[in-house]
Amino acid sequence: MQPKTHDTKHHDAHAPDHHELGFWQKYVFSTDHKVIGVQYGVTALIFMFFGFLLMMAMRWQIAYPGQPMPLVGGLLESILGDVASGGVMSSDLYNAFGAMHGTVMVFLAIVPLAFGAFGNLIIPLQIGAPDMAFPRLNMVSYQSYVVGGVIMMVSFFIPGGAAQAGWTSYSPLATLIPTDGQTYWLIGMIFLITSSLLGSVNVLATIIQLRAPGMNWMRLPFFVWAQFVTAFLLLLAFPPLEAAGVMQLMDKVFHTSFFLPTGLAVGGEFADISGGGSPLLWQHLFWFLGHPEVYVLILPALGIVCEILANNTRKPIWGYKSLVYSALLIGFLSFIVWAHHMYLTGMGSKISTFFQTTTMIISIPSVIILTCYFITLWGGSIRFNTPMLFALAFLPMFGIGGLTGLPLGFNFSDLHLHDSYYVIAHFHYVVAPGTIFALFAGIYYWFPKMTGRMMSEGLGKIHFWLSLLFMNLIFQPMFMQGMAGMSRRMADGGANYSQAVVGEGATLTDTIMHLNTTISWAAWGLALAQIPFIWNFFWSIRSGKKIESDNPWNATTLEWQTPTPPPHGNFVGPIEVHRGPYEYSVPGRSTDFTPQNEK
Amino acid sequence: MEIPYTAKIRPDTGLYNAKLGIWLFLASEIMLFGALFSSYILLRVGAEPGTWPQGLLNVPLGTFNTLVLICSSVTVVLGWAALKMNQFNKYRIYQGITILCALIFMVVKSFEYHDKFVHYFVRLNDGTEMNGHIEGNPMFMTLAKLKQQNKAEFVFHPDAPKADHKEEGNAGVAHATMTIQTADVRKLESWGPWHNTFLAIYFTLTALHALHVIGGALVIFMIWGPLAGMWKTDPERYTNRVEVSGLFWHFVDLVWIFLFPVLYLL
Amino acid sequence: MSDAHDAQAVKAAVRKYLIIFGALIVGTIVTVLVSFVHFGEEGSNTINILVALAIASVKAFLVAGYFMHLISERKMIYGILLATVFFFAGLMYLTVWSMEPVNLVHIKADVP
Repeated sequence: MQPKTHDTKHHDAHAPDHHELGFWQKYVFSTDHKVIGVQYGVTALIFMFFGFLLMMAMRWQIAYPGQPMPLVGGLLESILGDVASGGVMSSDLYNAFGAMHGTVMVFLAIVPLAFGAFGNLIIPLQIGAPDMAFPRLNMVSYQSYVVGGVIMMVSFFIPGGAAQAGWTSYSPLATLIPTDGQTYWLIGMIFLITSSLLGSVNVLATIIQLRAPGMNWMRLPFFVWAQFVTAFLLLLAFPPLEAAGVMQLMDKVFHTSFFLPTGLAVGGEFADISGGGSPLLWQHLFWFLGHPEVYVLILPALGIVCEILANNTRKPIWGYKSLVYSALLIGFLSFIVWAHHMYLTGMGSKISTFFQTTTMIISIPSVIILTCYFITLWGGSIRFNTPMLFALAFLPMFGIGGLTGLPLGFNFSDLHLHDSYYVIAHFHYVVAPGTIFALFAGIYYWFPKMTGRMMSEGLGKIHFWLSLLFMNLIFQPMFMQGMAGMSRRMADGGANYSQAVVGEGATLTDTIMHLNTTISWAAWGLALAQIPFIWNFFWSIRSGKKIESDNPWNATTLEWQTPTPPPHGNFVGPIEVHRGPYEYSVPGRSTDFTPQNEK
Repeated sequence: MEIPYTAKIRPDTGLYNAKLGIWLFLASEIMLFGALFSSYILLRVGAEPGTWPQGLLNVPLGTFNTLVLICSSVTVVLGWAALKMNQFNKYRIYQGITILCALIFMVVKSFEYHDKFVHYFVRLNDGTEMNGHIEGNPMFMTLAKLKQQNKAEFVFHPDAPKADHKEEGNAGVAHATMTIQTADVRKLESWGPWHNTFLAIYFTLTALHALHVIGGALVIFMIWGPLAGMWKTDPERYTNRVEVSGLFWHFVDLVWIFLFPVLYLL
Repeated sequence: MSDAHDAQAVKAAVRKYLIIFGALIVGTIVTVLVSFVHFGEEGSNTINILVALAIASVKAFLVAGYFMHLISERKMIYGILLATVFFFAGLMYLTVWSMEPVNLVHIKADVP
């Protein structure tokens, strides 16, 4: 079957129940999975940009501590007041920005983009469903996400500013900071968690119930499998954090002592609390979500990369089944590794060994997946278009992120590296040049499906090469800083600390300190590198090169077998699946790709 | 456009969408309440030996509420069975009882809460500690509020000692009504969640459970009343809705079956 | 729900529901009565806790198994619930285990 362009209008004429919806129903209160997907995507991209802005401001303070910020210093002072007096970032503001950078990036940007946006847009199309299983729930899920985001944003402007206890919000610190930022954070989180729960129920029900005839489990594209496991992680890992959030909210608002121990002293005096709580309980419940969350961040990225690799190597993915089982194993194991974030809490050596062992085991399926991807490249006739470049760069970047995690997984080496810049570099390698690159790849790859136009290849390549360069310039030096002993969360980038220990042999050398400046300039360079992308994104919606068929990449999966953009209800006629997801270059075929619905 | 399997059962999974959806949701609920139960166990095990308060709650009221919820669970399933047998009026009666039970539960619960909010712990400057009631039964009274209201003294009714629950009794203190000078008071607080860890977890768990009762009852009411027209247009889907809301309701009952002994009896 | 589509099967089920209703009420009353009896050694209420939780589990089994039709439910649901129970058990067990050596430091303080 040759790809052909379907006529959308023609389809509408055949759907008698279809009527024109008003603006609000069509774009704001829509129940169409594609519109909701785009809503998620655009909102999440805005939040991602915002989270990046917070970090850029912090990088100024790290590189040039105590100096007024150029360009935005005055602006921050006029908006936020005393915390930025004279355009200088105060420690309080630094803490707030740091906490909110993490929160925004994880809960408001990457998860919604990877799971909310790509999940919503692509899953129903790839499994041959007309929509998600519960369209109205889907809408509520998005709205709940927006409400959560708005609450988080509002918290910047309340007296005392946003939450300051880091994105991990460890108690008692989070409870004892007298301002209300943490309360807003907790209420915002409850909305975000609700959103994720509804989203994950929807995704799971959709994948289980709405697969087209013939789309059995082993014919699902790996992207769908990745989202399936992700949804399970969200479904079962988020509620304990919700419970913990409720308890911290009780601590904060009703002065209970869930996480406050007996005899807690603040400022030299006993706090007026009933006591009897356990600070470690918060850490356990937080990391019970926190670690699966890492896989929530990475699995959709692995899924996206898989689709793009298969498509652009023109080869079947190598080891499809081992990919699927690896993803399932990752999902399963990710629930029993969480305390490797807590080696320093003084847990016993037996339990510490247990978590160390599970942590080492979970790296095996991740390596299997990466290996399958590398082997897929072998002997392929690779097309180096922009999505493929991002997907290819993802492999070594994620590799670096993963391998540098091993020393953190061993409790003895973690004792030295814990809470240092090494940790920051490690997880950013996984998430920033890892997941975010995969998300960029996904945007470049599926853009034509949603708009009918290609994004510019030239601008895309500029965006790619500059991003790759600056990402590594930012995070590579952080490994050195971390190993040299620089702690994270220091508002002056370690300036005071390095002076305090001079002469005792443990000093942070000038070289290490100078890296702060290098990193900061690289971060601002990374911001410039995003300009081609932003321009490309908006310009291409109206003026990009029009695609000639519904299947511009000559792909096999079902989302390319619909009209462009897919109409309400997605498929023109009943669709039936006859083969696996990656039948590229099948011998004896006239084309080098065989769509799943072709007999 | 029609989403498949909203009413019909998908052959290979044997489920319709909403049923799978509600079970997935319940799975997450198990984790939510499970995490709170775990916290309860942890805090209780971690408490200093002998300090975990017992017998603070009203067992007869708790038992009554347990029976009310069990009763509502039965009427839910009988209501669904009535629909299956095409007896819409019978369903209306059964689900009506369910909603009534939910109301009774909430009313009893609010009385229990109120009892705690007017119950006070007092520590005087000389170190005397007492539990009891303040004359006039004000809620949420604190030392700061007393001072704000310029009350130099208040009348206090200490609790009678309980033989089997020494922990919160008033051993060695006179049990006659007394007048306490505000100036003598070091600490005054009602038995709200702030009073001790047990009350904290009690209020958190029961309030979260109560929210589930309210939510479940609202959904059952909506299906029972305003949305009942669907029984005429699409009876199969309507029955499914009743079943799914019922599954949620049973879960709420299930949580209470564990909450009751854990909080009231142990 | 099993194959109780026809009214006959549902009628039979109703009888079952009423029996279980009775069992649940009896269970509740027994739990309360048992709580007034002290089992085991003086100063330890381990057995009391076990008894109460055992009765609660039986009641939970009755509600989940029959009212929620779990005993005749599909494999998919079993799979989901098994995974949930496993992770819940992991959360509880591992957390308690890892807090064991630490325990809480009890400071007898003169709290104001």
